Amino acid sequence: MSYIAIFITFVFINNFILTQFLGLCPFIGVSKNTESAIGMGFAVTFVMAIASIVTWMVNNFILIPLEIQFLQTITFILVIASLVQFVEMVVQKISPQLYKALGIFLPLITTNCAVLGIALINVTKNYNALESFTAGSSAGLGFLLAILLMSNIRERLDLVKVPKPFQGVPIAFISGGLMALAFMAFDKALLTNLLG
Amino acid sequence: MGKKSIFREFTKGILKENPIFIILLGLCPALGVSSKVINAIGMGAGVIFVLLSSNIFVSLLKNFIPEKVRIPSYIVIIASFVTIVEMVMQAYLPTLFESLGVFVPLIVVNCVILGRAEAFANRNTVTASILDALGMGIGFTLSLILIALVREVLGAGTITIMAIGDFDGIIKIPVIYNAPARVFGLSAGALLVMGYLKAFFNWYSSRRRAA
Repeated sequence: MSYIAIFITFVFINNFILTQFLGLCPFIGVSKNTESAIGMGFAVTFVMAIASIVTWMVNNFILIPLEIQFLQTITFILVIASLVQFVEMVVQKISPQLYKALGIFLPLITTNCAVLGIALINVTKNYNALESFTAGSSAGLGFLLAILLMSNIRERLDLVKVPKPFQGVPIAFISGGLMALAFMAFDKALLTNLLG
Repeated sequence: MGKKSIFREFTKGILKENPIFIILLGLCPALGVSSKVINAIGMGAGVIFVLLSSNIFVSLLKNFIPEKVRIPSYIVIIASFVTIVEMVMQAYLPTLFESLGVFVPLIVVNCVILGRAEAFANRNTVTASILDALGMGIGFTLSLILIALVREVLGAGTITIMAIGDFDGIIKIPVIYNAPARVFGLSAGALLVMGYLKAFFNWYSSRRRAA
């Protein structure tokens, strides 16, 4: 599959939040205002891109040669957890400004299922290193897109009168559902139309 | 500990602190696998097993795990049990394993499990942790089954449960089966159903508080 096809698939067709339900907790939890949504979105994209490549290397250079693929889940989660710590330290040293923007979101990312999800999906789809990286960053961008749209919707929802039981989380889910309906317009036909 | 408080540890997870509808933890699997009732049951069973085992181990080891590395230690404990679930399910229930897909290994990052290890098992006795795990696990499973029931009945007009003998495990609902609202089976339907159910629970608990 070409890289453009992977990009379109993970951003629009198989959007991680709206069709795969990976990473819902931050999607609901951190989408109350646009600023933190952008911070979370970029932090997730960043970690997913790096995690895809690192887990690909771990899988192909360590797990497969030693024939211990059954340890995949344990290894991947450990790699991701240490990677998140590492990224946090590096960002803090290199760019305090970026750390200020992303810092509080980074620890939360370890238990974001989107990151472990993309690592496992890359393995099942048999992607090579560059394809894994493309998939990881596109899935992250898809997450960013969804959480950004969601935060805009929720900021507007603050200004209208919502029935009491629906305030907060329920209306967020329902708006998410309507967004998912809109995203259904993107399907496999999009790929064939665009790329022939 | 009195008999009453033991009972409370068990029941709090089912209604008052229901992980999905009240605390909002473990949402990804709740929506991802709830298109069929059987998937919800399978997922729930997996989560109960992992939650129970990890709660037991964490509460047994709570005095040995250094404070600073406790989260990574919990993750390793949880991941080991998830691997067991993965292997057992792949060997004995291959169709279920297939339809749950990536959500089986993703039990590792199910916030319910890590949340209970950190918030409960880490500072309570083994017995209390077992009851807490059972309560939370059953609460999680029941919520999953509720979402799946709504989605499958409206979206496909069927209820799929275990196949036993001649019975193929699929109950067909007469009228809806011929003209189901397919959208409920899709991802958009999952989010909508979750929204309405959460609103219902909000309404219910606010009414109870007022009474």
